[in-house]
Amino acid sequence: MTPIVKQGLNAGQLLAAAQELCDQGGRMIMLYTAPDDDGGITLRYVASRQGMVGFEAWVVPADRPVPSLAAIWPLLSWYERESTDHRGVTFTDQPEPWPLIQPLRDAESADLRRIPEIAGEDVQILPFGPVRAGVVESAEFTFFYVGEAILHYVPHLFLKHRGMEDRFVGCDSETGAILAERVSGVGSAAHALAYAQAIEAAAGISVPDRARYQRVIVAELERLYNHLYYLGHLADTTTLKVGHAEGVLLAERVKQINARVTGSRFLRSVIAPGGLRRVLRTDGLAEALDGLRGPIRRYIARLDASESYFDRLSTTGLLPREVAFDQGATGPVGRASGLDRDLRRDHAYAAYDDSDIALKIAGHGDGDAHARARVRIDEIDNAITMIQRALALTPEGEIRVPCSLPPSAEGMGWAESPRGTLIYAVHADAGGNLARVKIKSPSFSNWRVFPYTVHDTNMMDYAINEASFGLTIAGCAR
Amino acid sequence: MALWTLIGLVEGSASTKWPLGDGPDGQEGVLGMPRLDAAKCEAGCTSCINACPTGAIGLNAAEATLDYGRCIVCQRCVETCPTGALSESHDWAFGTRNRDALRTARTMPATAESAVSRRGFRRSLHIRHVDAGSCNGCESELQALNNPFYNLHRLGIFFTPSPRFADLLLVTGPITKAMLEPLRRTWEAMPEPRWVMAYGTCAVSGGIAPGGPCLTGLDEVLPVDLYLPGCPPNPAAIIEALLMFLDRRPAQVEQGHFDGR
Repeated sequence: MTPIVKQGLNAGQLLAAAQELCDQGGRMIMLYTAPDDDGGITLRYVASRQGMVGFEAWVVPADRPVPSLAAIWPLLSWYERESTDHRGVTFTDQPEPWPLIQPLRDAESADLRRIPEIAGEDVQILPFGPVRAGVVESAEFTFFYVGEAILHYVPHLFLKHRGMEDRFVGCDSETGAILAERVSGVGSAAHALAYAQAIEAAAGISVPDRARYQRVIVAELERLYNHLYYLGHLADTTTLKVGHAEGVLLAERVKQINARVTGSRFLRSVIAPGGLRRVLRTDGLAEALDGLRGPIRRYIARLDASESYFDRLSTTGLLPREVAFDQGATGPVGRASGLDRDLRRDHAYAAYDDSDIALKIAGHGDGDAHARARVRIDEIDNAITMIQRALALTPEGEIRVPCSLPPSAEGMGWAESPRGTLIYAVHADAGGNLARVKIKSPSFSNWRVFPYTVHDTNMMDYAINEASFGLTIAGCAR
Repeated sequence: MALWTLIGLVEGSASTKWPLGDGPDGQEGVLGMPRLDAAKCEAGCTSCINACPTGAIGLNAAEATLDYGRCIVCQRCVETCPTGALSESHDWAFGTRNRDALRTARTMPATAESAVSRRGFRRSLHIRHVDAGSCNGCESELQALNNPFYNLHRLGIFFTPSPRFADLLLVTGPITKAMLEPLRRTWEAMPEPRWVMAYGTCAVSGGIAPGGPCLTGLDEVLPVDLYLPGCPPNPAAIIEALLMFLDRRPAQVEQGHFDGR
């Protein structure tokens, strides 16, 4: 992986640098706090520029107030607030100066959440959750509504914040991979992959070719079962009951394939720093996927032919390209709003740079629920192709090389998870253990975007719109 | 819509006959929790203890001990063990009414079993699920229970939206402090008799995330009647555990040893 280009800046230069990045067509990715050599805290702004294989990191001391960049890069607002909540960094001119990570709501602490005051004769407030109907993750939503119309919507997403980033501190780099697999269960493989690549970047090693290709197989199996489940769930919200059953059944078939190939339905205990922990049992995999192609094609053709389904998705939850870019939409959500971006191509890793793998980036311009489903449909087909190509291209040889985290080293690794850009930044302490791990998850990005598609819409569309984003709460809350 | 119904009928049932009849449980290849043969341990060896990220392995008078209630199935101890004392397995049906049954070494007196009869619930159990800080792996497997392959309904077991209609509270995650109050209120809203299930290693013991914003498992705050460790427990393991709880299947783990089938 290409190293990160580091650049020291002071607080006074920050606004100009952010504006320059914007003017030149670059993209701000994330912000996090990292320990510096003297025991203080620095801010790391991570950006990407066109044509750059790696990323750029601005290092800014955080010992005094730093200007908020939210006016230029709105997506940074959540990262700034998170840095304030966790490490007490002060940002001047922050447009949303209240806690993001939910303060504990036990008996001792007050509820510090900020809900806007919206009042009017017919305005009603609906607090929904955190325990909601169905088997779903816990989150609380506040709707302000008049009849069917939603005026304003505020999600509270951090009730299940587990402090996962802090859990890595003091661990060795091997243990870190096991923790990474448990940040967001349905993204286990992508998390392990991004984490392992961060450690490998810090150690300055590259993994054997066999591991590079097999990592593609694992990552695409994850995309496959996630996207199939997504289609089933989306069909359920449009009350297409047979469509729901068929989609989740196809997802189950892939999970069973996962178990036969890796020993885990969630593709865990496979990817580790240095390569793979076990050789994939790939005999029969190509045939099993061939057997799925037909049913998947017929399923999708049936969805396409269902007018009631299309009617419920078309124009629902519109996300304009500009909002998607400004607020940091990622993955299929961003691609469905015309953002042509995919880490597998733009910052290639594993074996995605091999043109014989046949990576195809899906895209759509409509920005509605239908476009978001369409992008995933295209990715399902491509995932099967890539797995079969990777199977044929995998060379013989070692699957793992020794990989230990050098003292005080740092590294960044990334993966295009089924939900979008996932980045791990790791910093080692003087003993070669983890001193800081930052996880930038796709759901953290897309939850920031989601409310913009809910304000000013209607209650009937809400469940469909939420399903069309394919969000997880564990990934967001960590 | 009519087309969907027709195709659904033509394709027929996709459900497995297991566990009522002969059929696949769908877990071919799934790696389970390690088996421990402490007689093979080398004196002074602590490699598995150092490797385990959740402290599931300990030492008792120079012999390794195992607490399956803490195991997250990461396979690291198996990979590290130099003598083969710990070996890979496909054991995953660890549902038990007794937390102590998951430990090879008894550290606590056996917990008293809930005296309320479950007799009337054997063929009709309603479950309310609460996520109290999971990684969503557990939710993914719980959602899978209602896919056509497992089709949980056929066993008389249902998930219900309201705690008012629930007999069993099924909890995932290590219990974050912020979820404590909603969890308690859900439990209080349930009619009696009511039971509580800790689903997944996080809910059983805190798993990978004890401390900080999290507690160390469900039995810190609610009386737990059914434990099922696993990371996450697969759908067949849930079915085994629920049927065991309803006295329709035998328990498979006793004193930290798994019988298998």
